[in-house]
Amino acid sequence: MVEEIGRTADGNIIINVGPQHPATHGVLHLVITINGETIIKVEPHLGYIHRSIEKMCESLTYRQFIYVTSRMDYLSSHINNHACALCVENGLQVEVPARAQVIRVLMDELTRIASHELWWGAMAMDLGAFTPFFHAFRERETINDIMEETCGARLTMNYMVPGGVMQDIHPNFQQRVKDFIKLYKSKISEYDELVTGNIIFQNRMKGVGYLSPEDAVSFGVSGPPARGSGVSCDTRKTYPYEIYNQLQFEEILETEGDSFARYMVRIREMNQSIKIIEQLIDNIPEGDFQAKTKAVLKLPKGEFLQKVETARGQFGVYIVSEGGTTPYRIKFRSPGFSNLSALDHMARGSKLGDLVAMMGTLDLVIPDIDR
Amino acid sequence: MDKNLNSKNSSSSPSSGGGLVQYIKDVFNGVKSLLVGLRRTMYYFTHHKEIITEQYPDNRATLVFPERFKGEVVMTHDENNEHACTGCTACELACPNATIKIITKFDVSPEGKKKKAIDKFVYHLELCTMCNLCIVACPTDAIKMAQTFEHSVYNRADLTKILNKPGSKIREGVE
Repeated sequence: MVEEIGRTADGNIIINVGPQHPATHGVLHLVITINGETIIKVEPHLGYIHRSIEKMCESLTYRQFIYVTSRMDYLSSHINNHACALCVENGLQVEVPARAQVIRVLMDELTRIASHELWWGAMAMDLGAFTPFFHAFRERETINDIMEETCGARLTMNYMVPGGVMQDIHPNFQQRVKDFIKLYKSKISEYDELVTGNIIFQNRMKGVGYLSPEDAVSFGVSGPPARGSGVSCDTRKTYPYEIYNQLQFEEILETEGDSFARYMVRIREMNQSIKIIEQLIDNIPEGDFQAKTKAVLKLPKGEFLQKVETARGQFGVYIVSEGGTTPYRIKFRSPGFSNLSALDHMARGSKLGDLVAMMGTLDLVIPDIDR
Repeated sequence: MDKNLNSKNSSSSPSSGGGLVQYIKDVFNGVKSLLVGLRRTMYYFTHHKEIITEQYPDNRATLVFPERFKGEVVMTHDENNEHACTGCTACELACPNATIKIITKFDVSPEGKKKKAIDKFVYHLELCTMCNLCIVACPTDAIKMAQTFEHSVYNRADLTKILNKPGSKIREGVE
């Protein structure tokens, strides 16, 4: 633990970024040691939004604990809920109806696009461009409206339940998703015009925050930051869950390992998600949207693990059951925590102004880091 | 100096070298990329049809919410002031936050039989996370989600509501 203000023994200055800072997207506190403008060390201080979610879940039943995980990574709440539902289904040995599986994957991919859209807007805003934020929100709003109509909420849906989904899709769902795909395809070129091709943006991103594949693996980095370094780690490909092994999509890999590579991974990933949605939207099978489960769920004694790919990386749920109605212990592996740990390594030796660009490309969601 | 500038304006990679021709090319490409972005901005500056912002407090009268929108839990009453809640406490057990508390009483029927009925259905809106689990758990569809959303009050106690209307009783035939 370093002092939070002042100078170190060798004359370097210690400054604080956060906990209330617009570029940290939440209550992240970074204690930065700088020599002039060069970063010597970045030390994240956590705990400002710790809610002890893992401990809370131990007193909730297997139906109740799922809603809490929406409050961790609130931008991919569907995918978090999906992981928990899958983990409970693993334990119960429930067969999920085909219709529910397709709906779940559709919701996951819509969430992934919405999350990347928001990241894109916030990323450009971090670097000083305010306009892209509104462009991103225009498309994201359409997804939020779709979610509102089918799930009843815009951010914390609690739609995935053990055995399937809570309600059947709204009659308008298919048409509205098709409208969204049309809108997205007509607007995605604007993203490149406004931001990707911009010379100022490129110079601030290229060659900044290099992360080698070896370091990415050793820090446990997953998701787009790892794939930007060329590490193949898409859980949808490596450990397929639900119906992902029957779908045609590519795992996006970039090899440069800098901020721009991480940026391009997310932009290209959105197109892959659209591809997945296009494959499924006309092929939602008929049938039940939820399997018959007992009123009180009891997992057999044992340990259950489920990994999924959220918009930020690999999310894991680990349940230890003693055979009761509540879990004995729950552990969440959140992608943001591991991704943040690589920030110090990436930032050392670069300029203070580039730190915001690096943090932006890691796509940190603080409640996810600080459960 | 030349190399330094070159690396700053290179559009392909900051480390790529090159002569004066490359330098001038990079400057032109850089300016072009800015103009391309600006063209998009100017397009929206002159095309007001694409504006999608809603003027929220002014458009209250025309706001439409989807029927599934989760705003708050309400109990449905019919025209005879009758509801369908049997007081089985399924919702109370399903709730993760102890939002619902059901206080029951015993009604005495004309034949002298005792029957369990709800006295008060207490709902703490301040604890509710709109997870919809109580609605799913209810066996008689007595409660549902309402589309209200402006829940701010000056006094916290105002958020604790009693959902069954005064004088209401259970509908005939609901078990």
